[in-house]
Amino acid sequence: MNNYKEKLMQFVFFIAAGTSVLAVALICIFLFANGLPAIGKIGVFEFLLGQKWKPSNNIYGIFPMILGSIYVTAGAIMIGVPIGIFTSVFMAKYCPKVIYPFLKSAIELLAGIPSVVYGFFGLMVFVPLIREIFHVRGTTMLAACVLLAIMILPTIIGVSESAIRTVPKEYYEGALALGATHERSIFRVVLPAAKSGIMAGVVLGIGRAVGETMAVIMVAGNQPRMPQGLLKGVRTMTANIVIEMGYAAQLHREALIATGVVLFIFILIINLSVSALNRRFENGSN
Amino acid sequence: MSKLKVENLDLYYGDFKALKDINIEVSEKEITAFIGPSGCGKSTLLKSLNRMNDLVEGCKITGTVTLDGEDIYKSMDINLLRKRVGMVFQKPNPFPMSIYDNIAFGPRTHGIRNKGKLDDIIEKSLRDAAIWDEVKDRLKKSALGLSGGQQQRLCIARALAVEPEVLLMDEPTSALDPISTSKIEDLAVKLKDDYTIIMVTHNMQQAARISDRTAFFLLGEVVEYNDTETLFSMPSDKRTEDYITGRFG
Repeated sequence: MNNYKEKLMQFVFFIAAGTSVLAVALICIFLFANGLPAIGKIGVFEFLLGQKWKPSNNIYGIFPMILGSIYVTAGAIMIGVPIGIFTSVFMAKYCPKVIYPFLKSAIELLAGIPSVVYGFFGLMVFVPLIREIFHVRGTTMLAACVLLAIMILPTIIGVSESAIRTVPKEYYEGALALGATHERSIFRVVLPAAKSGIMAGVVLGIGRAVGETMAVIMVAGNQPRMPQGLLKGVRTMTANIVIEMGYAAQLHREALIATGVVLFIFILIINLSVSALNRRFENGSN
Repeated sequence: MSKLKVENLDLYYGDFKALKDINIEVSEKEITAFIGPSGCGKSTLLKSLNRMNDLVEGCKITGTVTLDGEDIYKSMDINLLRKRVGMVFQKPNPFPMSIYDNIAFGPRTHGIRNKGKLDDIIEKSLRDAAIWDEVKDRLKKSALGLSGGQQQRLCIARALAVEPEVLLMDEPTSALDPISTSKIEDLAVKLKDDYTIIMVTHNMQQAARISDRTAFFLLGEVVEYNDTETLFSMPSDKRTEDYITGRFG
């Protein structure tokens, strides 16, 4: 009887665990089955490296959008990573006990805000601000970069802070005992020791930035052309899919799914590097 | 003349009085051993001598500690103090970087950038710590790949690289095997020619073997402080006698 019960529960757990695997597998199959034929029809090079996206003329080159995604993400990383790392250093090593709970919950809240709200905030604050300062249309790559930088902060801060906290305090004390200052001990010994953990946080942040859709659409302008600078509009791969999916048919529709395939491969590469970094981090701390 | 002098030192962790009215003078170029049962305050006193206790929240110290006559808790710059009073920890704590960078960290901290000069300091420190021959071909390799005993000697070399005057050793052999232990002991005796050494140890034989003077701690007090030979052969206090003959602790 007992044995039977145990077997049954084991089966229930197995089904539960299988759900997510099944979901990933189905997404893969759907994406590749629908996207790959389109890439074949358009031509791999024409599709990936084509500089024109004109569905009405049957021209499907997503290179502008690939670049758009890369540029926007790079900009977000350049702004967000230093702020995120400094914040995590502050939280782990400098923050007075009284302030810490407030800071921590503020950052957790930041992580919980829906992206459409971020987008709205960007549209009402950054876009007019950029219009004022630079006298251009406000919906620009710059706006998207700044907004994404804020959105990836919680990810980077959370992962980096725990990486810094797992560095044995003996390293810090050892550096102090040699006459190094608090700052030098942290920046020359503790941070390098937490390097791979911090890198994992940054890469996770990259993943979030690449995949973000709603907030970016609202502030980026979304012109499907080669990116022309920080103060011009830009369209990312995610935006490309969402904007045109509603009315696309046949090859156009398939080309959008194929854009999803490219995006999926991007995310796959990013996730693989996160797990590689985590493995190195675990080995390093042993 | 005494190198380090502790006068009327009381130390509190919050409300708990961990050290009571400590008076000790440490002479130059000698090995002074602190012995006593766990929790008697010997490590606590050691950490007061380079102000590592400042990191402990709620730690309060009254009384004075002077290095060459200068009060380390008043006028002296704390980083300079820690350069002059080096420390080797109980658990070997090499940084997760190369052997070279481990040793170079201290000198670089104190402004030495010249590559040739750094190379010289590194070789000298590693030789002084009796580990040069074992690591000279792998200076660029990670220090974490060394054995426990090698790591501890590396940490000693790292401490020597900033040219301290006093070396504090907090049970430096408690995590090591007997062979590594005897290497560290030999090293301490050799280093005595150039450095003033204060060593906390659990191991009475170790104190008897290598130290010149010994302080016996019990419940936050120094029960007896004397020449090692005198203290072990004819202790003046009954409690010391009980401890060294193994009746408690």
